[in-house]
Amino acid sequence: MSEPPAAPLTTADGVPLKVSLRRTVRRSKIKALLLVAPLLAFLFIAFLMPLFEMLWRSVDNPEVSTHLSRTVSALEGWNGESLPDEATFAALAEDLREGQQERNLGLLSSRLNYEKSGMRSTISRTARRVGTLEPPYRESLIEVNNTWGELDTWKLIQREASPYTISYYLAAVDLQLSPDGEIVQVPEHMQIHATLFWRTLWMSAVITGLTLLLGFPVAFLLASLPARHSNLLMILVLLPFWTSLLVRTTTWIAILQSQGVLNDVMVALGVIADEARWQMIHNKMGTIIAMTHILLPFMILPLYSVMKTIPPSYMRAARSLGGKPFLSFRRVYFPLTIPGIAAGGILVFILSIGYYITPALVGGQSGRFITNYIAYHMQTSLNWGLAAAIASILLFVVIICYLVFNRLIGVDKVKLG
Amino acid sequence: MNETLADAGVETAVTSDASSCFARFVNVQKSYDGVELVVKDFNLDIRKGEFVTLLGPSGSGKTTCLMMMAGFETPTHGEILLKDEPISGLPPHKRGIGMVFQNYALFPHMTVAENLAFPLEVRHLSKAEIKEKVAKALAMVRLEEFGDRRPAQLSGGQQQRVALARALVFEPELVLMDEPLGALDKNLREEMQYEIKRIHARLGVTMIYVTHDQTEALTMSDRIAVFNDGIVQQLASPDELYERPENAFVAYFIGENNRLVGEVSEHLGDNCKVRLDSGDTVIAKPIAVGGVGSRTTLSLRPERVSILSGDAEEQFDNQFTATVQEVIYLGDHLRTRVTVCGNDDFILKTANAQGVGVMRPGQHIQVGWSSADCRALDV
Repeated sequence: MSEPPAAPLTTADGVPLKVSLRRTVRRSKIKALLLVAPLLAFLFIAFLMPLFEMLWRSVDNPEVSTHLSRTVSALEGWNGESLPDEATFAALAEDLREGQQERNLGLLSSRLNYEKSGMRSTISRTARRVGTLEPPYRESLIEVNNTWGELDTWKLIQREASPYTISYYLAAVDLQLSPDGEIVQVPEHMQIHATLFWRTLWMSAVITGLTLLLGFPVAFLLASLPARHSNLLMILVLLPFWTSLLVRTTTWIAILQSQGVLNDVMVALGVIADEARWQMIHNKMGTIIAMTHILLPFMILPLYSVMKTIPPSYMRAARSLGGKPFLSFRRVYFPLTIPGIAAGGILVFILSIGYYITPALVGGQSGRFITNYIAYHMQTSLNWGLAAAIASILLFVVIICYLVFNRLIGVDKVKLG
Repeated sequence: MNETLADAGVETAVTSDASSCFARFVNVQKSYDGVELVVKDFNLDIRKGEFVTLLGPSGSGKTTCLMMMAGFETPTHGEILLKDEPISGLPPHKRGIGMVFQNYALFPHMTVAENLAFPLEVRHLSKAEIKEKVAKALAMVRLEEFGDRRPAQLSGGQQQRVALARALVFEPELVLMDEPLGALDKNLREEMQYEIKRIHARLGVTMIYVTHDQTEALTMSDRIAVFNDGIVQQLASPDELYERPENAFVAYFIGENNRLVGEVSEHLGDNCKVRLDSGDTVIAKPIAVGGVGSRTTLSLRPERVSILSGDAEEQFDNQFTATVQEVIYLGDHLRTRVTVCGNDDFILKTANAQGVGVMRPGQHIQVGWSSADCRALDV
């Protein structure tokens, strides 16, 4: 050890020690990797691939470039000042004729309709008659539908010829591209998503705050009661996990609805008049109450795991040094629980902004979250690009929350029990 | 709270004659479950400036007594007086007692200086005063450079010194310490014992110290209360405890001790004759024994037993033949385990001086001790 060895160290059979060590380490790494391989494969197929699929869909824009390929190439170099030339109209007619024959104009017309309402009927009407049209196509197409005589229509086709688009993202935050390619707000009566994003965020913040308010004393009790009692309390905290989410949510409907348990009791006690029953469900209040209840354990558990590590002697020390009970709590105990508050807060907040079933069931019109619109665009309006864009924005918000949290507190502080 | 402290200060100034008791436990009992008494009947008068140690095995009730003084436990019965005022109704933060906890309980989210400033801030001292007092306290424990560190960045010994400084920075008249050196290694512990003694001597504060380490208690204390089973077995100065234990528990708990068991066969004025179970008769000093026929444990310190070389001058009223079992070499002294009077766990301690012959196992030697050093105690 005192003097550097003359030759590099080798193992008994002459292999250099470094090589041998590296080989051993690699072997154990491969073994470890093999153990988690099934899970990794599962995560890849069930989580990563859909995630990338979603991100891809939110910018993917194949409709115009595939179904109007002739028109798109004819439009290259068009200056946008006046209507395109006869060749472009002929290309459009050819594209539509082919599309009509192969019956695949539906996607195209929906896609263009997102950007310019009325395009769906324009295309279907034109396609139906395109077989009988005679040159010159410019005149005959405009005659069939004068939308083709508008400069904006052609600008739109030219713009959407690109295989990628940001228009889904713009739509997700109530913006759109004007015919001249500027980003403008959509008309006020069509604005919906931005409001929903804000509502989702502030209601999630309120829910997080409420779970903290309700969960903090419970976690404190859990951490300070003797084991026998705290175990019982812990079971009560975990009990909701053993009940279906749907059951818990519908129970709140039974309790809170206007003919529900709470209102009946209040009427029976004479607190409120029969005709003035409280409207506590199918609005924001319903969502907040039910979600606070459902997410409460996610606040209590991280708080508890942090509080459990705070020895009671800290509070005793603070008291013996002259701190009044509340002051000792505020100056000594509370600051030590902050990692738990942050961990519980981030957990509840992230879960909350992505929550779907509960707001859908008890939220009514006013208590709905942005997730409900993702579902709407997935299932009803079938605008998957927009659904993907909204979901991607949510994902982005969650990642930002996570990064901020990791920076301030550290993710390793999150423990459940 | 400031008011209370100020009042208290005035009072001591008036009644500071030496005879008055600073703190008193009067017939204190404590039970946690209503079935068993943890502290059975605790009485203790503590003079101002005294260093009193509560010594005992774990579960003997000593920490409970300390916690009752600090206000974290309430006595089930009896009263605790501080400067002749009962304090049972006073919450901990109004007692103005400094306390050092077993694991220091330094606030991990505050720096060392902030930890020390805490008791001053809650007393609403001015910023300048706080700064000055914190600096003074840090200097006292020789940690001037460490004010900006977090407790976790300090070694165990340094944390201990910070805890001590924090308990003293608001100038309490009474400081409680709950096994403060328990987490330190041996060398550091001895260093800290000295340090605490030094600070105690310098500041003149009254200290109540809880430990289960008898060496610590003997080195540091003015008086020691030996606890067992919820009762104080003996309350005395360290030398008194060691030289003149009043019962078998104290003799056994403090220092090393040879035990011989038998029954009293005769009283002879100041001494008594004890017939051991082995049949030998030993002359001993009766301390806690009944009349003839009662059982007794004889207690004899190893260093008070001599090995006889056969000189005529060496005369002891107890002389026996012993068989050497084992010799352990400890550098400055030798420990020899012998069988004598039927006890084969009998230890002799002899200085490693010139002329001490080497003994071998199996060898027969003559040992002797004075009846004055052989105390007949309870069983």
